[in-house]
Amino acid sequence: MSAKSLVEEMKRGLDAPICLTWELTYACNLQCVHCLSSSGQRDERELSTDEAKKILDELRDLQVFYINIGGGEPMVRRDFFELLEYSVSNGIGVKFSTNGAFIDEEKAQRLAAMDYLDIQISLDGVDAATNDAVRGEGSHAMAIRAMDNLKAANFGQFKISVVVTRHNVSQLDEFKALADFYGAQLRITRLRPAGRGADTWHELHPTNAQQREIYDWLLKHGENVLTGDSFFHLNAFGEALPGLNMCGAGRVVCLIDPIGDVYACPFVIHDEFKAGNVRDEGGFSKVWKQSDLFLSLREPQSAGACASCGAFDACQGGCMAAKFFTGLPLDGPDPECVAGDADEALSVIARGSAPKPGMDHSKPITLTRKKLPVGA
Amino acid sequence: MTIALASVLEIHPQVAVRPEAFGALAYHYGNRRLIFLKHPDVVTVVQALHDHPDVQTTLSACGVSQDRWPSFIAALTSLETSEVVREREITR
Repeated sequence: MSAKSLVEEMKRGLDAPICLTWELTYACNLQCVHCLSSSGQRDERELSTDEAKKILDELRDLQVFYINIGGGEPMVRRDFFELLEYSVSNGIGVKFSTNGAFIDEEKAQRLAAMDYLDIQISLDGVDAATNDAVRGEGSHAMAIRAMDNLKAANFGQFKISVVVTRHNVSQLDEFKALADFYGAQLRITRLRPAGRGADTWHELHPTNAQQREIYDWLLKHGENVLTGDSFFHLNAFGEALPGLNMCGAGRVVCLIDPIGDVYACPFVIHDEFKAGNVRDEGGFSKVWKQSDLFLSLREPQSAGACASCGAFDACQGGCMAAKFFTGLPLDGPDPECVAGDADEALSVIARGSAPKPGMDHSKPITLTRKKLPVGA
Repeated sequence: MTIALASVLEIHPQVAVRPEAFGALAYHYGNRRLIFLKHPDVVTVVQALHDHPDVQTTLSACGVSQDRWPSFIAALTSLETSEVVREREITR
């Protein structure tokens, strides 16, 4: 069977996801401006420890080999280590994303002692100024301290996870050097206009010239740099980047959110892409195998306006979430189409008219009111 | 390692195999690689390796016709490289 027909098989969906993201909580100590899940405050409907374990039992029975845990900041959950250990002991490896705030010396040692565990530290700038502008004041120091602690504890190869913005494209080589210094693996992913990112995407997403830079850089570094296959829209530049060249939403990928809602992927927290809830009868399995949404995503998708473009086979029309949250039709070009085919459509979509992310757990903004000058 | 009809193989103990419509997914918990077994017959053979003394006996037992043996040897060689299968120690 050729690689191409394997991709066709994957598009028809798998019996269980191979890339399942589970956001454990909407609570977070940070307020990143591009947060995919608009996290900040805990949701009182959050799954309990017992409910979370029941899901892990189900994932074990489905032979889900590993899960990606995120949030929010997953380490704020009091049962974080309990769930981690329960998962690993059931044969489900864990990769979790964290801002590193809670990885002190003791936690680093505890993590280093566990098997089948990957850690992904989020960092969006090699320097504090670049990083903290997006992730909040002090977050760069927080990440570096966590990486120092992991290194000191001999954790082994953790990952440094970078969301590529127009402000850090020029730092890709430095990120790679930083990862090499820590014996870590670099992972760079695409900025999506999801969650709070819907509000900041227009200012933060790489320019078209920078997209070419990212593509060339990725080609040069090949499989040594992880991408979560998130840059396949760049394949329209020419040679295909390593990885599955397809949208995996509802086919090989899905998201379980902190309250048990199941979405097609981590970048589409919106009712339109909600397939069900793990608390429903039949649990996660039934949602994965039978939900109308997932079954429809496994049907052949129309190329729509992209059908006449010679690059469609290469880029597959790009990312569904990126189109949705910028107000573009799903069967047309990606907002970052490298041929510029979405530029005109994007320019006529009024800001604020695109669909709003489904849930917002951002912390309320505290307005510090400046005293008006006397007599004003 | 070159795989031959006389090779004695088993699924790597750190590998889990999950059947899928196209064949199966194999996951190696050690190197964290996901490998695709792209034909249901390859899956049957891989899963039967442990129950038979060598590759040739396994292929016969799984009803794989002799003209297909070379392609199965090639598949097993590639699976050995990716550590989905490994040489089995013979216990006497």
